[in-house]
Amino acid sequence: MSTVTMTVNGKEVSADVEDRTLLSAYLRENLSLTGTHVGCDTSQCGACVVHVDGKAVKSCTMLAVQASGSEVTTIEGLANGGDLHPMQTAFKENHGLQCGFCTPGMIMSAVDMVNRLGADNLDEKTIREELEGNICRCTGYHNIVRSIEAAAKQMS
Amino acid sequence: MYETKYHSASTTDEAVSIMGSADDGKFVAGGQTLIPTMKQRLAAPSDLIDLCAIDAMKGISIDGNQVTIGACTTHAEVASNIELKAACSALCDLAATIGDPAVRHRGTIGGSIANNDPAADYPAAMMALNAQIVTNKRTIDTDDFFNGLFETALADDEIITAVTFPAPSKAAYCKFPNPASRYAMAGVFVAKLKNGMARVGVTGAGSDGVFRHEGMEAALSSDWSADAIAGESVDAGDMLSDIHADSAYRANLVKVMASRAIAAAG
Repeated sequence: MSTVTMTVNGKEVSADVEDRTLLSAYLRENLSLTGTHVGCDTSQCGACVVHVDGKAVKSCTMLAVQASGSEVTTIEGLANGGDLHPMQTAFKENHGLQCGFCTPGMIMSAVDMVNRLGADNLDEKTIREELEGNICRCTGYHNIVRSIEAAAKQMS
Repeated sequence: MYETKYHSASTTDEAVSIMGSADDGKFVAGGQTLIPTMKQRLAAPSDLIDLCAIDAMKGISIDGNQVTIGACTTHAEVASNIELKAACSALCDLAATIGDPAVRHRGTIGGSIANNDPAADYPAAMMALNAQIVTNKRTIDTDDFFNGLFETALADDEIITAVTFPAPSKAAYCKFPNPASRYAMAGVFVAKLKNGMARVGVTGAGSDGVFRHEGMEAALSSDWSADAIAGESVDAGDMLSDIHADSAYRANLVKVMASRAIAAAG
């Protein structure tokens, strides 16, 4: 067991966990932040993407103890009270989801790519390449790409 | 995942000392291969010794013509480093094709090289750039480092701290990714070194892991052009063969990727 202490969505949290506990499991089971989804559990689908110290990572492929001391943002931490983050609004307005399972990871990856590359550098081809680690089985990606293009303009 | 004991080391000496007292310890950097492997119970180290807090193992420095990359530098950092882009943009381009953006935020160059997956990208670049692998104990020439599938010259308590290589005059990497896994079915890194010699590193294809193609190297050293390798052959008997590509197909892919890489390098 190790004591992990981190800031999740702006709030400091601490717990004793088994060293083998994955960050995704810690978020979902200890903190009840079930917006972070676990799809493939093999680091491919991207449903579990969260931000650790401002960078998108797959929380199923990182131990909770490795995130100790870090700032973690999950899908629950994006909205400002009742005001959705521009990326969330864009997914809603552009029908960027169907079943919604991949959506938390899609949105966290999308926010990361806008932060990292800037709206001016995000054409459709780049967005599609950047989504390589996020799999959606419903939409064919078309409206997801459109959502990210729309949000990028709002965020810049 | 089986139980394990996690440690974070702040120096290589501390990491080696923890390894010495562990039953069956394993060093971990970004963990983008090791953690999935542990989740599948294909690895079950008693202790995990995290190297990511060792500051001396991070970052990229360029001294004259010599490039040095700390082992815990992430793929994302390699891909986006402005100085490295000027010295050897081919390595930035290679790093930008590993995994996906989230994987690149965690995975490290040292971890990739130490693991020596036969489909990993970095080993081909290290071979072609005539890199030296710097460890906590010694400096190893790349030609003596990779020893077949998942095997290297590293001792159990030896840690890669950096890789260093002279900036080439031209280089490029071209790979044919498996359409599903995106791992290289053949990846070829070509480099024309400043002394005029050409080196060719091949990953994803060889049945004994990463290798250099000396026939192409000789041809390219005297004539740096895709035409120069037209007469070179790749022995299908030395290639991997699986449901994705048989050995003859891979042998051909190696030549095609080499031609494309030479064209891309200009």
